[in-house]
Amino acid sequence: MNRLLLCVVGFAVALIAVPSAASAMTIEKIVSPAGIEAWLVREKAVPLVTLNYAFHGGASQDEADKAGTAYLAADMLDEGAGDIDSKTFHERLENRAIEMTFQVGRDYLHGSLRALNEHRDEAFDLLRLALTRPRFDADALERVRGQELASLQHDTTNPNDLASRRWWETAFPGHPYGRETKGTLETVPRITADDLREYVRRAFARNELTVSIVGDVDAKTAGELIDRAFAGLPAKNDLKSVANAKPAGLGRRIVINVDVPQAVVTFGGQGIARNDPEFMTAYIVNHILGGGTFSSRLYREVREKRGLAYGVSDSLVWFKRAAVVLGGTATQADRTADALAVIEQEIKRMATDGPTADELAAAKSFLKGSYALNLDTSGKIAAQLTQIQIDNLGIDYMQRRSTLIDAVTIEDAKRVARRLYSGGLLVTVAGRPKGLTSSGTPD
Amino acid sequence: MLTKTNATLIALLAALASTSLAAGQTGPEIADFTLGNGLELVVIPDHRAPVVTHMIWYKVGAADETPGKSGIAHFLEHLMFKGTAKNPAGKFSQVVARIGGQENAFTAQDYTGYYQRVPSEQLQTVMEFEADRMTGLQLTDEVVLPERNVILEEWNQRVGNNPRSRLAEQIDAALYLNHPYGKPVIGWRHEMEQLSRDDAIGFYRRFYAPNNAIIVIAGDVDPARARALAEETYGKVARHATIGGPRVRAQEPPPVAVRSLTLADPRVEMPAMQREYLVPSFANAKRGESEALEVLAHILGSGSNSRLYRTLVVDKQVAVAADAWYDSNALDQSKFAVHGAPRPGITLPQLETETDAVIAQVIDKGVSNEELERTKTRLIADAVYAQDNQASMARWYGTALTTGATVNDVRRWPDRIRAVTADQVRDAARQWLDKRRSVTGYLIKDVSPQAEKRS
Repeated sequence: MNRLLLCVVGFAVALIAVPSAASAMTIEKIVSPAGIEAWLVREKAVPLVTLNYAFHGGASQDEADKAGTAYLAADMLDEGAGDIDSKTFHERLENRAIEMTFQVGRDYLHGSLRALNEHRDEAFDLLRLALTRPRFDADALERVRGQELASLQHDTTNPNDLASRRWWETAFPGHPYGRETKGTLETVPRITADDLREYVRRAFARNELTVSIVGDVDAKTAGELIDRAFAGLPAKNDLKSVANAKPAGLGRRIVINVDVPQAVVTFGGQGIARNDPEFMTAYIVNHILGGGTFSSRLYREVREKRGLAYGVSDSLVWFKRAAVVLGGTATQADRTADALAVIEQEIKRMATDGPTADELAAAKSFLKGSYALNLDTSGKIAAQLTQIQIDNLGIDYMQRRSTLIDAVTIEDAKRVARRLYSGGLLVTVAGRPKGLTSSGTPD
Repeated sequence: MLTKTNATLIALLAALASTSLAAGQTGPEIADFTLGNGLELVVIPDHRAPVVTHMIWYKVGAADETPGKSGIAHFLEHLMFKGTAKNPAGKFSQVVARIGGQENAFTAQDYTGYYQRVPSEQLQTVMEFEADRMTGLQLTDEVVLPERNVILEEWNQRVGNNPRSRLAEQIDAALYLNHPYGKPVIGWRHEMEQLSRDDAIGFYRRFYAPNNAIIVIAGDVDPARARALAEETYGKVARHATIGGPRVRAQEPPPVAVRSLTLADPRVEMPAMQREYLVPSFANAKRGESEALEVLAHILGSGSNSRLYRTLVVDKQVAVAADAWYDSNALDQSKFAVHGAPRPGITLPQLETETDAVIAQVIDKGVSNEELERTKTRLIADAVYAQDNQASMARWYGTALTTGATVNDVRRWPDRIRAVTADQVRDAARQWLDKRRSVTGYLIKDVSPQAEKRS
C-alpha cells in the first residue's frame, strides 16, 4: 500500500509525471536562484511552511578535549544574532509564533523551522541571522553553559546515561563516535566563544547543505525563501575527516555500579552501512528480532511471556563512518541476569536459524504499510526528505522502497541474520544487577 | 539512539498544558454524533495522507478506582491486549503489525485510551477488534501475573529510578487532601503488587461499555463512512444499564494551609523546587477563568520570554531552569505548577523567595499588553499547527471530551483565548496563586551516612 507518489518537477530539471491519487504527494527538486538545491512538497491544506535542513559536520568535528562544542554552538544559535540580542531574538520568534530548532548528532547538525504563512519572511530572516551572524555573547554563553553543566551533573547518577555513555566509549575508544555529543563536565567548561565561531565557520556552508521544504509555497517562492536563509553562507565548508571505525569490545560485559532499583542494559554490536546492498534485508531481520512493534521476538520473550521488563527493543543505527546494531532494556536487579540471558539467546537463535517465512512476510507487510505513518505531518515529511537526501537514496526512493522490501527472500534473510548477529555483543549494565559482573578483556 | 518500546504511556496531563486544547476555526469540519447504544463518535477529516488515527477513549481513569486498588485502571489497560474469546491473545497486535499499523494505549486520572494508526482502508479492521474487546476480554492468571511484573518494571522505570517523579507524586499526594487525584495514576507500589485478575475484570465490567466511551477518528475518512463502520462494529455492543451518570468523586475542602515537603535521595545531582496550586480546570471554572490561567501560565513560565525565566535565569542568575504550567484538562479541581532548579551556590529557599517575588509582581502589577498579545499569538497559532498532525488533533479532542468540554469548546479555543484581558490575568493570579492553596516540594541530595552506605 503506497499511494504516495513522487515526481521530479523542474525548476531546473525535467518533469517526471506519475499518475495521481487522491492524496498524492509530489516531491519537486528545485534549485534556488543562488544555486541551492532543495526538495519541495507542496501542501496547501494548512497555512504554514516547514523547513528541515542539515549541515555535514556534527559532534564528530569536536576536539577531544573540547567535546560538546557543536552541541553548545547549536544551543547558542537562537541566543542573539546580528544586531539582535538574545532577549529580542526570542521575543521576535514568539511574537510571530515561529518555531526554530537546532539538533546536533555525530555527523550532522539538523535544523528545523516552522511558521505560519504570513510570518514566513520574518522566520527565514531570523534563521539567516542565526546561521550567518550568531553573537555568542558572554552572558548568554555562560547562562547556557550553566544549564548544560547542570544537565551533565544530573546525568552522572542517571542509569540510562551511564549505560549508554559507557557503551559508546568502549565501542569507539579514541574515535569521535565514542564521545558523548553533549560533552562532559570536564570538556564543556573549556569551550570558548571563539571555538563556537570556529565550528560555525567550518560547518555552515552551501556545499554540503541538505534542504527540504514542505508547505503552502510554490517552487519560486520556496527558492526565494531558501536564499533568504542560506544564500549568505560561505560556498564551501572546511571539515576534518573522520576515520572509518568498527565497534570494539564485542564479547565484553561491563557493570557500572549505581544504586537504583532497576538496572539499565545497553547492548549492541556491528551493524550495517546504509549503502550496503544488504541493508534492507538487515533492516527487516532486525525488525523481526527487536523492532518497535508488540510482535517482535524480544518483546514477546522478555516482556510478554516472562514479564522481565517494560520495554525491550533494538535497532540499526548508521553513521557516515560506522554502523551498529544497538538495543536496550531495563529490569529489576534480581532479574537482570535472566533478561540478559533471554536477549542473548534470542540473538543467537536469530543468527543460527534466521527468521521464519511467516515472520518475514509479516515484517515486510508492516514495513510497507507503516511507511505512510511517517508522512502524515509536514514536519515528518520534511524530516524524511532530508534523511533520504543524506542517505543518498534518490528522489524516487519512496516509490522504490516497496519493491526493495518485496525482493528480500528467506535465504537472504537467513544469510544476513548470520552476518548481523554472529559478531558478539558489547553489553553495559548500570545498576546493582544480582549475579552479574563485568567480564571479558579490553581489546 | 536507544529506542524503547513503550507499550503503554501514562498520559501526564502536565505535558499537554502548554498547548492545551487546540483547533482552528479555519480547520476541518468536525462531525460529532451518538449511536443508539450511547457511544459518541467524533470524526476529524484530514485527507493529506492515506492514513487514519482511530482512538477509543473510555470515561474512566485512575481517579475512579476503589480505594486500596490504586493502579487498577492502568493495569487493566495493559491487560486489554490479552485477548478475547473471538481473538486470542496477541492476534489484534499481530494484525495491526501486519497491516503496517502502530498501536498503543494510555491511562490518566480521568480517562483511558487505546489507539491504532493504520492505512485508511484498514479502519474497519481495527474497529472490529476494538469493538470486540470492549466487552469480550478474557483473562487468566497465566497472562495476568507476568503482566503485573511488567507494570512493576514500568513503575521502576518511571518512578523508582526517577527522583523527580517521586517528588511529583509526593506533592500531588499532599495537594489533594480528599480527592483521588492525590493517588498516582500508576498506583502505589504496595497496592500494585496485590492487584489480581478479579480486580481487573471487576473494574472492566463496571466501566467498559459503549455508553461510557468516545471514538475519535482523525485522518483520511469521511464522517458518513465512519458512522456506517461504527454502526456495523461498535453499534452491535449492548449499552451498559447502570453507567453513564455524572462522575462524582470526593471533592477538596477549601485549602487553608501553606504546605511544604522535602524529598532527599542520594542520586539527586540537580536539586529542584516544584510548587503546585489547587486551581479550577476548564470544566469547573467560571467563564473565562480557565483561559486566563492558561495565559497566566504562559506569561509566567513558558519559554525564554517568560517572567520566571527572564528574571531568575537571565537577569538575577539564580536558576538554571524556571517554568510554569497549567492543566485545564481535568474533570475536578486541577493544578497550576511552578518549577525551578537553582544555579550552583544558590539554595532552594533562596530560589523560592525569588520565585515568590516574581509571582507577587504579577499579582500586584499585572501583565503588560505586549506580553498578553505575544502569548495570545503563540497560543492561537498552536491551533493552526495542530491541524498539521491528525494524531494530535485526535488526542486533543479526546482529552477535552473526557474531561468535561465539548467539541464546540475546542473549536472556539482561538476566540476564548483572544477574549482574555490583562485584568483577568491579574485577577486569576490574585485569586489562585495564593500560597495557602499550594504545596511546595524540595528535591535534595541525601548525604546522610546511611544513604552513602547504600550507594
